[in-house]
Amino acid sequence: MDHAVDVHDAVVLLDRFPALAGLSLKLRAGTVTLVQGPNGAGKTTLLRMLAGLAPLERGRATVLGYDVATEPRLVRASVGLLSPQTMLYDDLTIAENLSFWATLAGHDDVDLMAALERVSMAPFADQQVVTLSTGQRRRAAIAVVAIRRPRLWLLDEPHAGLDQAGRDVVDGLIEDAIAAGATVVVASHELDRVRPLATHVATVAGGIVHRFETVNAGASGA
Amino acid sequence: MREIWALARKDLRIEARSKVVATQIVPFAMVILVLFGLALDADSRTLRDLAPGLFWVATLFASVLAIQRSIAVETISSTFEALRLSGAPAWKLFAGKALAVAIQLLAIEAVLGLGIVVLYRSSFQDPVLIVTAAVAATIAIASAGSLYGVLAVGMGVRDTILPMLLLPIMMPVLVAATRAFGDGLGTAALNGWTWTGLLGLLAVVYATAGALAYAVVIEDT
Repeated sequence: MDHAVDVHDAVVLLDRFPALAGLSLKLRAGTVTLVQGPNGAGKTTLLRMLAGLAPLERGRATVLGYDVATEPRLVRASVGLLSPQTMLYDDLTIAENLSFWATLAGHDDVDLMAALERVSMAPFADQQVVTLSTGQRRRAAIAVVAIRRPRLWLLDEPHAGLDQAGRDVVDGLIEDAIAAGATVVVASHELDRVRPLATHVATVAGGIVHRFETVNAGASGA
Repeated sequence: MREIWALARKDLRIEARSKVVATQIVPFAMVILVLFGLALDADSRTLRDLAPGLFWVATLFASVLAIQRSIAVETISSTFEALRLSGAPAWKLFAGKALAVAIQLLAIEAVLGLGIVVLYRSSFQDPVLIVTAAVAATIAIASAGSLYGVLAVGMGVRDTILPMLLLPIMMPVLVAATRAFGDGLGTAALNGWTWTGLLGLLAVVYATAGALAYAVVIEDT
């Protein structure tokens, strides 16, 4: 498989507005791509489309070799999406949330405490999510993505709401993911933070990729 | 089965912490039994005769709230999207949600059963028939409710449309369960097992339809 992501002429409508308006993009496996652009450019919709959550109105897209239109379940099982919503159950503890999502993803064997230690949340494992701060919830949400062991990481503003230590954790996880052979796509406004990690930068505006550049090919060996 | 049980256990654990069913839905169902008794202004014999129907009407109203709560657990945290992302087959997601609702409904029915004994002086003449009919009816209600609950979310008017969607298709369940309970409580000369057979058929139909349709309706949540 040459490309982890292969999108051609993708159109995605939100209501009747074309959030993606004929977007094309190819990403090699093992790369880190920063998706940048103004608000409303289509960054989040691009990530959701790659996760099999935003249906294509036109065009085609394959993710990790699976067609997002005809094989959405296989796509979803292979990607990890960190979205602005933490997608955690407030009444459950962090450990219970992780255990639940690990079971649903078919990863019963995952070491929950190791995953929590990776995001510096192990001391809070038995604490209910409702009692956590925004940054702590964000860290727990990142741990949920990590335990899925995705082959494609889709990170939407991953540094938002995190303190300096949390931001370093995110950067470390991106490096771990690449070392494990995964592909990472990061939509972010924090260009200074993500650019050093990125091998490529895709500039999105008006629902299409205006510019795609290689910025740091040595970062992942791509 | 791991995924199904994990989903059901998650919902039951959330209920154990939030106690919405225990502190709001069960009392609501009991209030219905009391209100019927007051509104009908009937003697104990009449109430005993009407108990099967009143029991199932109270159960149906309570089930609407239980299903709304089951859906709210997911919508509050935007976790329907995470469930879709999990990669688990839709029918397993459906089965897990329906199983949790069914267990909660059975608990509500147990309390209501005590309620009709205390308030209406009902007596369980055929406990096996009553329990079998209750389980079959509960599976039917939980299955249809879990499907229609997600459908209502997709329509964007979840809190108000669910009773309008759910109660009409619950009419066969209401009729059959009332007849079966009529026999089980000794208030009607009917063959309760025939009606229980119909409840079993409805349970199979609603559960199968839910499992098959869930993959489609959950995409719109």
